[in-house]
Amino acid sequence: MRAFQYLGGAALDGVERLGRATLFLYEVVSGSWMLVRRFYLVIEQVYAVGVLTLVIILVSGGFVGLVLGLQGYNTLAKFGAADSLGLLVALSLVRELGPVVTALLFAGRAGSALTAEIGLMKATDQLAGMEMMAVNPVTRVIAPRFFAGIVSMPLLAALFSVVGVLSGHMIGVGLLGVDVGAFWSQMQNGVDFYDDILNGVIKSVVFGVVVTGIAVFEGYDAVPTSEGVSRATNRTVVYSSLAVLGLDFIMTALMF
Amino acid sequence: MIQRKVLEIWVGVFVAAGLFALGTLAFRVGNLATAEVANGYRIEAQFENIGGLKVRSPVTLAGVRIGRVAAIGFDPATYQAVVSMNIDGRYNVIPVDTSASIYTSGLLGEQYVGLEPGGSEEYLKDQGKIQLTQSALVLEKLVGRLFTSFIEKPAADKPASDKK
Repeated sequence: MRAFQYLGGAALDGVERLGRATLFLYEVVSGSWMLVRRFYLVIEQVYAVGVLTLVIILVSGGFVGLVLGLQGYNTLAKFGAADSLGLLVALSLVRELGPVVTALLFAGRAGSALTAEIGLMKATDQLAGMEMMAVNPVTRVIAPRFFAGIVSMPLLAALFSVVGVLSGHMIGVGLLGVDVGAFWSQMQNGVDFYDDILNGVIKSVVFGVVVTGIAVFEGYDAVPTSEGVSRATNRTVVYSSLAVLGLDFIMTALMF
Repeated sequence: MIQRKVLEIWVGVFVAAGLFALGTLAFRVGNLATAEVANGYRIEAQFENIGGLKVRSPVTLAGVRIGRVAAIGFDPATYQAVVSMNIDGRYNVIPVDTSASIYTSGLLGEQYVGLEPGGSEEYLKDQGKIQLTQSALVLEKLVGRLFTSFIEKPAADKPASDKK
């Protein structure tokens, strides 16, 4: 009996949280018209969410490209198809690794920071103070962060892929002696703009919505104590990583 | 707190770099630069077997890419594949008795349509049809034929007595 009660309670809690998150995101999106007048708020957050995440994205993209170049070369050389290295590196980056790894890093670097910031604002009664001054904290604090995340994610993913392809080129052409013409021409023949690149961009936009959505909701919904904020930050990283991996599987199954 | 001007510059650099990366993906990594065929016209050809030909595979004349495969269909009357090709408008002097074949670039590479011009003075127009076609070489058929010839030879040389 206790087990059933526990299960039922957990399910009800889950549904309630999901409902609150949906209403909250609806409020964020419907209140976002004021951002047109105060666009500076979004730019400020693009700096915090995008520019400050740039370094980790570029470094990771570089190393992922290097590893893909080395590993791909070893496997392809067995079949005498080392010329296709460019295609392999570009397709794996544009379709999967670019959006997914960027989203995971983005959740760890930007998502956790967003949750902690909003949670602390709540814990120190800054959000309540805004309401006292008749400023809606959802449109003033949450909406700029949400849209900055959506804008930043595809740009970061594209940079990740480009840096990865370039470092794959460095390893393949510079170190392993793949022909430079074959590297690029096989890549251009095999990578399709609509099927591969546009689908990758769609993936990264979806991941941007999901990761930033989870981050701002967890921050806004955090228990306003230091422990509550730390738990909310923890949940942001775990939930958004799981959501990214699950959604990636579904989108890959639908797209390719 | 970071100065507003510096912040705006950084965001501008970030957005510009991101857009540049998207452009690089589209034009250098992907095939957007070569996918478009300017003022193209359509020609059609029927093949017995198209092998691994795909939509957007290249169409070449003397090795030069002059267009792309626009659509691949099936003609239920003749049981043949109908390949319609989008040819660049600059190459509008393809004779009507041109023949089309499906080749493979390299041993296992991509398949493409190769045109070989005939000697006619009349040129193919929009919605024109190529009559002479040659199907794709299907590797499995070739290998199969090779193996049967290998198996048949020893059987003919040696009598049936030596079984293992």
